[in-house]
Amino acid sequence: MHENEGCMAVFRMIALAVIAVLAAIAADWGRDLAYSVHAFLVMLIAAGLFVWEVRRFGDPVPVVDRSRYMDGPVRAGVIATAFWGIAGFLVGTFIAFQLAFPELNFDWSEGYANFGRLRPLHTSAVIFAFGGNALLATSFYVVQRTSAARLWGGNLAWFVFWGYQLFIVLAATGYLLGATQSREYAEPEWYVDLWLTIVWLAYLAVFLGTLVNRKEPHIYVANWFYLAFIVTVAMLHVVNNLAVPVSILGSRSVSLFAGVQDAMTQWWYGHNAVGFFLTAGFLGMMYYFVPKQANRPIYSYKLSIIHFWALIFLYIWAGPHHLHYTALPDWASTLGMVFSVILWMPSWGGMINGLMTLEGAWDKIRTDPIIRMFVASLAFYGMSTFEGPMMSIRAVNSLSHYTDWTIGHVHSGALGWNGLITFGCLYFLTPKLWGRERMHSVAAINWHFWLATIGIVLYASSMWVTGIMEGLMWREVDDQGFLVNSFADTVAAKFPMYLVRATGGIFYLSGALLMVWNMWMTIRGPQARPVSTAVPAE
Amino acid sequence: MARKPDGKHEVETTGHSWDGIEEYNNPLPRWWLWTFYATIAWGIVYTILYPAWPLVDRATGGVLGWSQRAEVAAELEAVEASQADLRAELVSTDLTAISENEALQRYAVQAGAALFRTNCSQCHGSGAAGAVGYPNLLDDDWLWGGRMEDIAYTIRHGIRNEDDPDARYSQMPAFGDLLSREEIATLVDHVQSLPDGADPLAGPGGTLFSENCVACHGENAQGDRTLGAPNLTDAIWLYASDDQSLTTLISQGPFGVMPAWGERLGEHGVRALAAYVHQLGGGEPEPEAEE
Repeated sequence: MHENEGCMAVFRMIALAVIAVLAAIAADWGRDLAYSVHAFLVMLIAAGLFVWEVRRFGDPVPVVDRSRYMDGPVRAGVIATAFWGIAGFLVGTFIAFQLAFPELNFDWSEGYANFGRLRPLHTSAVIFAFGGNALLATSFYVVQRTSAARLWGGNLAWFVFWGYQLFIVLAATGYLLGATQSREYAEPEWYVDLWLTIVWLAYLAVFLGTLVNRKEPHIYVANWFYLAFIVTVAMLHVVNNLAVPVSILGSRSVSLFAGVQDAMTQWWYGHNAVGFFLTAGFLGMMYYFVPKQANRPIYSYKLSIIHFWALIFLYIWAGPHHLHYTALPDWASTLGMVFSVILWMPSWGGMINGLMTLEGAWDKIRTDPIIRMFVASLAFYGMSTFEGPMMSIRAVNSLSHYTDWTIGHVHSGALGWNGLITFGCLYFLTPKLWGRERMHSVAAINWHFWLATIGIVLYASSMWVTGIMEGLMWREVDDQGFLVNSFADTVAAKFPMYLVRATGGIFYLSGALLMVWNMWMTIRGPQARPVSTAVPAE
Repeated sequence: MARKPDGKHEVETTGHSWDGIEEYNNPLPRWWLWTFYATIAWGIVYTILYPAWPLVDRATGGVLGWSQRAEVAAELEAVEASQADLRAELVSTDLTAISENEALQRYAVQAGAALFRTNCSQCHGSGAAGAVGYPNLLDDDWLWGGRMEDIAYTIRHGIRNEDDPDARYSQMPAFGDLLSREEIATLVDHVQSLPDGADPLAGPGGTLFSENCVACHGENAQGDRTLGAPNLTDAIWLYASDDQSLTTLISQGPFGVMPAWGERLGEHGVRALAAYVHQLGGGEPEPEAEE
């Protein structure tokens, strides 16, 4: 056994040394800055790990108590969620001000920190870094508790966590240095995509392995949603990123798709990133943390089955509604719209099951700010899953498309549904994972709730106003049928609403900063009870 | 063990518990189910009416025969039909006579305004007040002339572009290659003093001016529209009047380009734009002598 460990360590060291050397060569021969910087980063990480392996060589292997849940990656994920959340909200608020005041695209930062570079940084940071880490952490927590089994695969969960952080860093630095495929929400270049594929398959393995090892006879509904999210995102990611690198030593690549097929593939991916990453995955969170915090049974098992299968069947067809009135054939546009409208009730199934679970515990909305966050989150979920099907209708879309209405719609979903439910989960998890009685300050949670809610309301309402105004100005014609407004006129008219939007961003960011302070004080506080929880005996 | 009905909830749970979470076996909410069915029924009807289901080599066309291209084409056709008479009249009327017909003038200005917002506002501003290097079209300071014919010619052929052989053309030399720094500094001071009424030919600046500038800008420094040479005495600056800007301008020579719009916008578009720009404020009437 000991000899085997030694062999493995030597093998790891050789592998790390080879990676470091290859990365050094790639950094030297790299054809563009982003590629060279990334190769250099990989070299540093591999070299650092190599030194770490050498220094601990021969040390006794720490004994792992396999009768306990593996909560290390969950704790790390909780911290990463908070960290990337702040980063993403900060960039978002800054680019909101850039849109109001173009002077903030400074000359000295041109090519690195202008709006075009920061915008994908913001979207990826909030969706994949903040949302992704929230999904990683909660899915690892939930699948263990609801399966009564420790995470499968030993340290593979740690690989998933750190591998995912590396993906985030490579993606984010790549954007700033100009490495992008120009595919919305799929901007990272080919080698970053390949790395994410490896990490994602490891994630799938950990999740499935844990499910297989479960001691419960049935798989809990939260895990259906998590699994649908992991499997579908793997498929979407691989297909949409099929590309041929221009050089093995450069970041550029050419997509396998072109023209309208390219657009269709991209929005099949893009819409289902919303559907499976931000909806299915987060419904997994909802199905565990809402009944847990409310201490009530789930409202309807039947509803959970029906809306789960209806949701995942229908969502995958809805992508073409992003391409109404383009070169996309009419039939595809019709199907995208029809499936989006039929998707309305299956989406609301999750909201009903969440809200009705609180039946008999409605008084907690008054007393428990975490429950209040969950309720507001589900309300925003309900609003944006009604608004989405409505906007997919061709006639509505002809007004809303390309306007700020879309931005408002996305943010009422992202800030309201994804953001608030994640905050609620972080408040639920932090005391449990660090063995504290409760959060350091319940009053601060209450403040966070109101700051976030006011921020969302300012954001969404200003974008509705400016979006509809912009759409109406674009189509306004005079009595003889001629356009009345120039594009610049519509931009100028939006300025006051842009200020309101940026103010909303400040509110939302302030609330999140308060949360980070609260988490910090909770984690630093005195130890109250054992940190890791035992797996229930069979 | 399945939780027994407790009076408050008329249903049992499913009997499972995961980490303490149970599930009621409530039926699907009726309104939810019926709304779901209604959207499905609507979806079926809609896909029969509109192009929807892909077949082997085409898709179902829908019984309404609708297509987004036909819809746009019909809308455009309706607008064009409503404008047909005025459109024909604008092209056939003498440029200088457009403003005499009130309905035609109104049509031309509205059409020109729309074209301006789409094609011209990027440089000249959505209000036509111009920007540094791009002339203000609201005033009566014209580089190449402000009568209808002049404006239409400028729009049709453009300025200093390489696409239209008839483009208006002139080039101010880069005096950095011809004069010393001190001479250019003297000229800058001299040019800055012209709007205050200084004699263009007086003093050392005047000497330099008469040797280098009068060929285009004239002895009175009031410019020459046949060459697009600006009037230097009116305190209206196409670029800027500070020392640095003028030094750069005289040293390197400006070379402002305007595209030729004749082919792209057609005769109708050029005329409409000319009518719009002419009435912005600075349009010049036809000289009396021609009548």
